Amino acid sequence: MCNNCIDKMEYLSRDEMKLVQGERLAKVVKKVYDNVAIYRKKMDECGVRPCDIKSIDDITKLPFTIKHDLRESYPFDFFSVPKSEIVRVHASSGTTGKLTVVGYTKSDIDMWAEMVARCMRMVGCDNNSVVQDSFGYGLFTGGLGMHYGSEKLGSMTVPTSSGNTLRQLQLMRDFEADTICCTPSYAIFLAESMSKEGFSDRSEFKLKRGIMGAEPWSEEMRRDIEHRLQIKAFDIYGLSEIMGPGVACECEAQDGLHFNEDNFYPEIIDPDTLEPVELGESGELVITTLTKEGIPIIRYRTRDITSFKTEQCSCGRTLIRMNRIFGRSDDMLIIRGVNVFPSQIESVLLNIGDRVTPHYQILVDRVGALDTFEIQVEMGENLIGDNISAIQQLKKEIEHDMTSNLGISAKITLVNPNTIARSEGKAKRIIDLRNVVK
Amino acid sequence: MFVNQIAVFLENRKGRVGDFARVLADNNIDLVSMSIADTKEFGILRAITRDNALAVKALRDAGFTVTSSELIGIEVEDVAGGLSAVLQLLDDGGVDIEYLYSYARTEANRAIIILKANNVDVALSVIAKNNIKILENSII
Repeated sequence: MCNNCIDKMEYLSRDEMKLVQGERLAKVVKKVYDNVAIYRKKMDECGVRPCDIKSIDDITKLPFTIKHDLRESYPFDFFSVPKSEIVRVHASSGTTGKLTVVGYTKSDIDMWAEMVARCMRMVGCDNNSVVQDSFGYGLFTGGLGMHYGSEKLGSMTVPTSSGNTLRQLQLMRDFEADTICCTPSYAIFLAESMSKEGFSDRSEFKLKRGIMGAEPWSEEMRRDIEHRLQIKAFDIYGLSEIMGPGVACECEAQDGLHFNEDNFYPEIIDPDTLEPVELGESGELVITTLTKEGIPIIRYRTRDITSFKTEQCSCGRTLIRMNRIFGRSDDMLIIRGVNVFPSQIESVLLNIGDRVTPHYQILVDRVGALDTFEIQVEMGENLIGDNISAIQQLKKEIEHDMTSNLGISAKITLVNPNTIARSEGKAKRIIDLRNVVK
Repeated sequence: MFVNQIAVFLENRKGRVGDFARVLADNNIDLVSMSIADTKEFGILRAITRDNALAVKALRDAGFTVTSSELIGIEVEDVAGGLSAVLQLLDDGGVDIEYLYSYARTEANRAIIILKANNVDVALSVIAKNNIKILENSII
C-alpha cells in the first residue's frame, strides 16, 4: 500500500467480500486441521472436516475457541508454524497468572502493520502526522502494534510508551504531536496532569486526535476526553488473541467501528445459546482470523458485547461496522439478579459534571444472602458548598441517577479527589468479594 | 465586612484531619479557628487561617475538595450571656442561622462569633442597629 491511496478491500460489495472471506476461511481451516492438534481434535469431535467449509456461511459448523484453550496450550501448542518462522511473541496476563502467548510470522507482522495503518488513515493520519504512541511497549500488543502501523503509514512515530507523564507532555509539545495513542483512562490522566504540571496553555500543543482503546469506554467519556484535550477521540479495537489493536476502528464519522473483515471475520452470537443473533441485535463478538499464520484463531469468543450497524457509513467504506463495545460478558456484574456494566456507571458520573470526577470503584460483596453494592465516587476539587446538606444532596442525586439507569440501587460513597488509583494501562474498577474465600 | 472561611470535605477515614493539619503545617499556614460538622459517612471541616488563599491552593494540590465562603464575624464581651444576647437580637430580627462557632480571645476578654446566616442583609442590619462590633479579615 502506498501512503495515501485507497485500499479496495475497504470498498468491496457484500458479495465480493463474502467470496474473499470464504476462500480465506477454507484455506485457514485446512491449515489448522493439518497443523494444530487441538483444532483437529475439536473438529473431529464435532464431525466437521476441512472439505465441509466451502463458503463463509459454513463458519457456523466450526467449534468455538475460548481463552481457556489458549491458556492451556501455554506456551506454544497453538502455533501452527514451526518456531523458526515466528519472529515475535506477545502475551496477555490473565487473572489466573498463566499468560496467553501469541506468535507472529513475518507476514503476520506486515499484515498487522497494514491493518493499523488502515485504521490510522480512517481517522485522518498520513505521512505528515506526528504520532505519540503512549500505549505500553512490551508483551502488551498496544505499543508495538500501533508503532508498526504508524511507521507503515510513514508518520513520524514517537515511541514514548506509557508512564512518565511530565516527559509525555513535554515531548507532545516540543515534537508537535498531532496524534496520541493511549487508553481512554490515560487520556483523562494526561489531561488532569496538563494543568497540574503547568501546561495550562492549550495552544502550546498541536494535538488534533487520539486513537484510544484497550478498555471499554462510553460515549460520555469520549466527549469528556474531547472536551478536556480539545481533540477528536477515536475508538480502536483489538485483542492480542486475534492480533492486537487494528482489528476494527472508527473512521472520521465516529459512528461505529469498521471491522477489518477481510482479515478478521466477525460474528455476533447469543452467549447463552451460542446461536448467531439477528443482524443489529447485541450479543457476544466472535472473531475468526482469515489470514494469520502464526496462530490462526477459529471463532474466538471475545466476551465483548456489541452489535452490528446495518446501514452504510457516510464515509463510503463498505467494511461492516460494530457499535462501540458496551461491556464484557465477564466484566458484567450480576448484582441482585440485575446485569450491571461498568460503562453504565461511568455514563451516569460523566453526566453529573465536574462536581465529581469520572474515576470510580465498584465494591460488591455478599452479606448473608444479599448482595451489597457500593460505588466509590471521587469529588471534584471544588466543594459544592460549605454545608452538609449540599453534599448530601449531591449524594442523593447520584444515587437516584444510578438507580434509574442501572435498575438497582447502589450505596454511594464520596471520596477525596485522586484517591482512586489511576491506571496507565487497563483500569481496575471492580472489586467483587462475593466469590473470595474469607 | 466579611470573614473568609475555607470548608474542606473529609472522607470518614482514619487520619484525614491529621492530613489536613499537615498540609497547613508544611506550608507554614497558621490556623485561627476550626470546627468540624460530621455525619456517619463524611464530614466538613471549616477553618479560618492567616492565609486562606494559600491554604485553598495547598489543600487542592494535596487532593482535598475545598471551597471558601464569606461569613459574618462579630465580637462580644466574654461574659456569661454574651452569645445569648446576640442570638436573641438576630432571632427577633428574623435571621436564621445555618451554623456558627466561636472562640475566646482571653487576653482581651472578648469572644469572637463566626456565623452563617440565611439572610445576610437582614443579619447585617440587625448587627448595625444594635451597635455590635463586626469583624473583618484584617482584625481576626
